[in-house]
Amino acid sequence: MTQETAEWTEPAEPAEGYPEIDALFDSLPNKNGALIPLLHKAQEVYGYLSQEIQVYVAQKLNIPAAKVFGVATFYSLFNLEKKGQFKINVCLGTACYVRGAETILAAFEKELGIDQTETTKDGMFTLDSIRCVGACGLAPVVMIDDKVYGRVTPGDVKTIVDEHLGQGGQ
Amino acid sequence: MSEKAAQVRIALRNCGVIDPENISDYIATDGYEALAKALFSMTPDEVIETVKKSGLRGRGGAGFPTGIKWETARKSQSDVKYVLCNADEGDPGAFMDRSLLEGDPHCILEAMALCGYAIGAQEGIIYVRAEYPLAVKHLQLAIRQAEALGLLGDNILGGDFSFHLSLYFGAGAFVCGEETSLMNSVQGGRGEPRIKPPFPAVSGLWNAPTNINNVETYANIPQIIRNGWEWFRQFGTEKSPGTKVFALAGRVNNVGLVEVPMGTPLRTIIEDIGGGIQGGRRCKAVQTGGPSGGCIPAEHLDTPIDYESLAGLGSMMGSGGMIVMDEGDCMVGIAKFYLTFTAEESCGKCTPCRIGNRRLLEMLTRITEGEGRMKDLDELDILGNIIKDTALCGLGMSSPNPAISTLRFFRDEYEAHVRDKRCPAGTCKKLVGYKILEDKCMGCTVCARNCPVSCISGARKKVHVIDQKRCVKCGVCHSKCPFDAIARG
Repeated sequence: MTQETAEWTEPAEPAEGYPEIDALFDSLPNKNGALIPLLHKAQEVYGYLSQEIQVYVAQKLNIPAAKVFGVATFYSLFNLEKKGQFKINVCLGTACYVRGAETILAAFEKELGIDQTETTKDGMFTLDSIRCVGACGLAPVVMIDDKVYGRVTPGDVKTIVDEHLGQGGQ
Repeated sequence: MSEKAAQVRIALRNCGVIDPENISDYIATDGYEALAKALFSMTPDEVIETVKKSGLRGRGGAGFPTGIKWETARKSQSDVKYVLCNADEGDPGAFMDRSLLEGDPHCILEAMALCGYAIGAQEGIIYVRAEYPLAVKHLQLAIRQAEALGLLGDNILGGDFSFHLSLYFGAGAFVCGEETSLMNSVQGGRGEPRIKPPFPAVSGLWNAPTNINNVETYANIPQIIRNGWEWFRQFGTEKSPGTKVFALAGRVNNVGLVEVPMGTPLRTIIEDIGGGIQGGRRCKAVQTGGPSGGCIPAEHLDTPIDYESLAGLGSMMGSGGMIVMDEGDCMVGIAKFYLTFTAEESCGKCTPCRIGNRRLLEMLTRITEGEGRMKDLDELDILGNIIKDTALCGLGMSSPNPAISTLRFFRDEYEAHVRDKRCPAGTCKKLVGYKILEDKCMGCTVCARNCPVSCISGARKKVHVIDQKRCVKCGVCHSKCPFDAIARG
C-alpha cells in the first residue's frame, strides 16, 4: 500500500461540527463498520480528509484517532491533502501500459512541471496515476475528474491541459 | 469463424440485450424464475446439490467448487449468516464484473437471494468498487425495484423466506479482493487478510458463517437452478464445466469481453474472436490472471483454457484478464510492471509479501536498467518460490507468478538484458536511445513537430538533432519519420 507522506502532528481541536457526517451517521442502521462510509462521505463533501475531520469521525465512532488514520492511509481513494482543481489521472492498468501509458504520464509531468502525486503551484492540477478504469478498449486512457479521454497520444497532452486552463478559476 | 461463433453466453446473456434499469426486462427474460422455483419447489439442500452437481467453480481466481462452499456454510450452525458478493474487481485490465453489474444487476441479486435461501442467511452485502459509479447506480436501482415487487426484503413472493441486500463501497485496495481482507474492510478496518482456517463459511463477517463468491460466479447460478445442472454441464470440460468471461485487451484487433466454453484454446480467442494481432504482427505471449497470473508464450496457444491447464503453465485463470502481447513488448518490463503493482498493493501484514516483492522488484528494475547480474536470474526464481510458499494470502502466494513465468519461458530475453545490456523489444528506456541519421534526415520537421517534449531542434531542410538530456524516449519520432532517419539502439 502506498503510504501517505502526511505526518501526524498534534491533533487540532475538531471544528464545531460536520452536519453531513452527522446526518449519515444518524441514518446508518448499523453503526458497526461505519468508519469507511463516513470517510467516503467526508471526502465527497470536503474534498479531503483533514486531521480535524479524522479526529471528529474518531470521536463520533468512539474509536482511537489512530485507527481512523490507519484506515485513511490504507486505502488509495482517500486523500489526506487538498487536491488541485482538476485531478488528472493517467491509467496505468495493463492494457494502457501496453499501449504506452508511461509515455503519456511523462508528457504530463513535463507539461505541468510536476511529478506524479504532486499539485501545481497555482492549485490547478493534481497529477496522479490510477489502476484501470475498466475502459481498456480505449487504451491508453486519461481521466480528468470524471471525464475520460481515450486513445491519448503524447501530442494530445498539451491540448488537454490548455483546454482545462481555459476553464480554470471557476 | 466469425467473432461470435466460438462464444457461448451464459453469464453475459443479458448484457447489452436488456435495459438494466428496468426490472421488467429482466423478468421478461425469465428473471427471478429460478428464485421462485427454488423457494416453492426445492429444499435448500436440493439447491446446494444442484450447484454441486453442476461443477461450477469460483470464477474469481483459484476455482474452488462453489457448491462445497455453500454446503459448508449451510452446515455451520448460527442464527446469523451472511452472503457476500465480491465485486472488488481490482485487476488492472479486467472489466468483466463491471459489465455484469452495469448490464445485468438483477441476475446478481437473484443469485445472492438463492444463496441466502440455500445456506440459511437473511442478509447479503455486495462489496463494490467505488470506482464503478454506473455499476453502483444500477445496483441501487435494482435493489429498490426488486424490493418494490417483493422479490427482495421480507417474505419474498409471499413465502417465509426473507432476504435483505445492501451495498458497501471499497476505497481502492487491491488486496480487498481477498475474501478475509474484504470482510475486514466491511467491518470498517484496514483490508488486511487473516490466516485460514477458519474459512469464511465457518467464521466470516462479524465471525458469522459467510458465503462469499465473485460476481461472475453468481451470474451463473440462476440459470443453473432454472435449467438444471445437466444443462450447465453440456458446456465446458469435465473438470471445469461452463463458460468463462475474459476481458481481451492489448495488441489484438478486437478488444472487449468474450465468453467462451471452458476448454476453448487460447488461439481461438486471440485469432478468431480477437481478429489476430494489430498490424499483422506476431503474437509473442498472452498474459492471463492479471498480477497473479503469468505470461503464456505463443507456442502454447493451443492450450485449452481451464483451471488446471493454466496453472500447469505457471499462470492462472484469475478473474479473467487476458492481455495479448507482441514482439514490441518486453517480457522483463511486463514482469516489472506487475511487481510494481503488487509491491504497492501489498498490505504489509506478512513479511514475504511486504519485503520479498520489494526485493523482486529491485532485481527486475536493475535488469531493465542494464545493471542486472546473472545471479539475479537464479535469485529471482528462488525468492519468487519462497514468497509463493510462505505468504499469508492469495495476493502474496501468486504475486511472483509474472516474474517466474516470464523467466521460465523468456530466459533469453532476461539474459539479453543482463549480458548484452540490450532490450530485444526496444522498450526498456535505459537500454534504448534515439538518434537522427544525418545522411537520411531531410529536415522535414515532422519529428520536431510531433515530439511531446519538444526536444528536437533543427531548421527546415537541415539535419535535425535530438537533445538527449530532455528526450523521454517515447519513440514518437521513430514512428513518425517518413524517411526512416531515426535509429533506435
